[in-house]
Amino acid sequence: MTAAKKVGAQTVAFAVPPVVSATATVVGAKEGQGPLGNTFDKVIDDPYCGEESWEKAERRLLQEAFEMTLNKANLKPRDVDYLLAGDLLNQIISANFVARALAIPFIGLYGACSTIYEGLAVGAMLIDGGFAANILVGSSSHYSTAEKQFRFPTEQGVQRTPTAQWTVTGAGALLLTATGTGPRVTHATIGRVVDLGSGDPYNMGAAMAPAAADTMVHHLTDTQRRVEDYDLLLTGDLGIYGKELLEELMRSYGHDLSERHNDCGILIFDRENQDVHAGGSGCGCPATVTCGFIMQKLRERKLNRVLGVGTGALMSPLTTGQGETIPTVGHAVVLEA
Amino acid sequence: MIFLKAFLVGGLICVAVQLLMDLTNFKVTPGHVLVGLVTAGVALSAVGIYEPLVKFAGAGATVPLSGLGHILAQGAIKGVDRGGLLGAFNGGVAAAAAGITAAVVFGYFAALLFKPKG
Amino acid sequence: MGRNLKRTFDPNKPLEMQKQEYKQMVKKVSPKPPVIRNSIWAFAVGGLICVVGQAFFNFFEGLGLNTLDAGAATSIVLVFIAAFLTGLGLYDEIARFAGAGTIVPITGFANSMVAPALEARTEGMVMGVGARLFSVAGPILVFGITAAWLAGMLYYLFGPNAPAGS
Repeated sequence: MTAAKKVGAQTVAFAVPPVVSATATVVGAKEGQGPLGNTFDKVIDDPYCGEESWEKAERRLLQEAFEMTLNKANLKPRDVDYLLAGDLLNQIISANFVARALAIPFIGLYGACSTIYEGLAVGAMLIDGGFAANILVGSSSHYSTAEKQFRFPTEQGVQRTPTAQWTVTGAGALLLTATGTGPRVTHATIGRVVDLGSGDPYNMGAAMAPAAADTMVHHLTDTQRRVEDYDLLLTGDLGIYGKELLEELMRSYGHDLSERHNDCGILIFDRENQDVHAGGSGCGCPATVTCGFIMQKLRERKLNRVLGVGTGALMSPLTTGQGETIPTVGHAVVLEA
Repeated sequence: MIFLKAFLVGGLICVAVQLLMDLTNFKVTPGHVLVGLVTAGVALSAVGIYEPLVKFAGAGATVPLSGLGHILAQGAIKGVDRGGLLGAFNGGVAAAAAGITAAVVFGYFAALLFKPKG
Repeated sequence: MGRNLKRTFDPNKPLEMQKQEYKQMVKKVSPKPPVIRNSIWAFAVGGLICVVGQAFFNFFEGLGLNTLDAGAATSIVLVFIAAFLTGLGLYDEIARFAGAGTIVPITGFANSMVAPALEARTEGMVMGVGARLFSVAGPILVFGITAAWLAGMLYYLFGPNAPAGS
């Protein structure tokens, strides 16, 4: 028996495409000063967001993004069927604790930095499957919580390599609904976990580019579409070197991305003046750029069809310490104006 | 003159480590660098190379963490001269006690006083 | 970028070969750290910290301390300065440029103790700060002390005053 809405090996096509009817973004100071600064709903300059720890600050970002989304849609938490959220911290504590505050039935997700796209895909399936009418999706990251957990203490004297990326401080949230106006989710391609042997935790773009390529290729094959069918093919947080590697990988599969590809990690910061090395990264990077800038462009119909591919590196400091290479995943969603 | 020698020798040790970090893979963290330096300091001191370097360059040899290794090694060796086998156990740390205690005490107070800036 | 990559990756080959090809691709695309600039910074800042150390050493000798005590006093002052700068959030800013120049001196040792401890404040003053002070310093002390003990043991067994019968 084949699944009715499944297309090809990894893609689903929604019968009634769910609608992204509201979005909200909250970011930190550096992101607010970046090129997309005026596309975010709120900029909080204090890295502690008035809280006593960075972990609490990250929760505040995520909770405010959800509350703003609900306000924009004139909904109360009890109107929402499911909350789909995740983040980078161990046991996805940011999402768990925000879910406690919102008291919406909660499905915790972990796709590392791909989480917002994983949430979009799963949320759209739940809605088109008839299991929900309103779903909140969101994801967050914070520079200091991520540095502390994955790299070095923030005050430790270390030199970053040129391929290192800067974790975005910010949260993005969106409301998926069965009916309404706004950009629509027409397809989703769930990624396989891919590992081409990269082990360098300071070169995440190189680790994740193969996952983005694998998902993109499968998406194009499954839907029998070409790169030219999209106004934009957007990846989550590959950074400039990861972008170059993805485009080269795609060429070897026979697809030329060069004119139509961009990356949230490149869009969010001004690499010349913001000292972010290869670009932005973290769950908050694709979440804030997608829920802010990209949704705006779709609403204004400056973009009509976007293939968004969230990329996630699925390692932990433990596996890096044990010398393992980095498994990565890419989840893709088609957004139409 | 001793200032110039301290600058040159201290600076060169730093350059050697910088090259080690830049030209090898990502696995060389500050922790690895410091462990390597202190161990190398002990070894060079034990075979008698580090003491002449200290005589030549002063703080240029004692301020890099290999200098801590030198103090530990000389403490243990002199401890053996004074107290035999027991000296190998209490000589090293005793000689380095000032630096270690300062790091613990000031480190603890710094953590009490300051909030990390991020 | 003007970088003209040859088509070196073949997705139809077995996974192990893909990994090899991809490794080469990554190598080609990823830039090397600015070695010359980093080295100049490391040399200048590292050298300067040693000069500051020398100035304190001379000062303490001038006060009548012997060589060992003047050295110990110098260490204490440098460690204090590094702990203070780390607390103010300045040490990592200097280190971004100076690299090994700020890691190698004893100030780097102090920084590596204070930095993790600062972040552990939220986990309590005993098992947070107290334990995390040693997350980087612990290995340094373990290796330093063990190596010194070994040096002392070898000196005891094979040195000029080796116990009779050996």
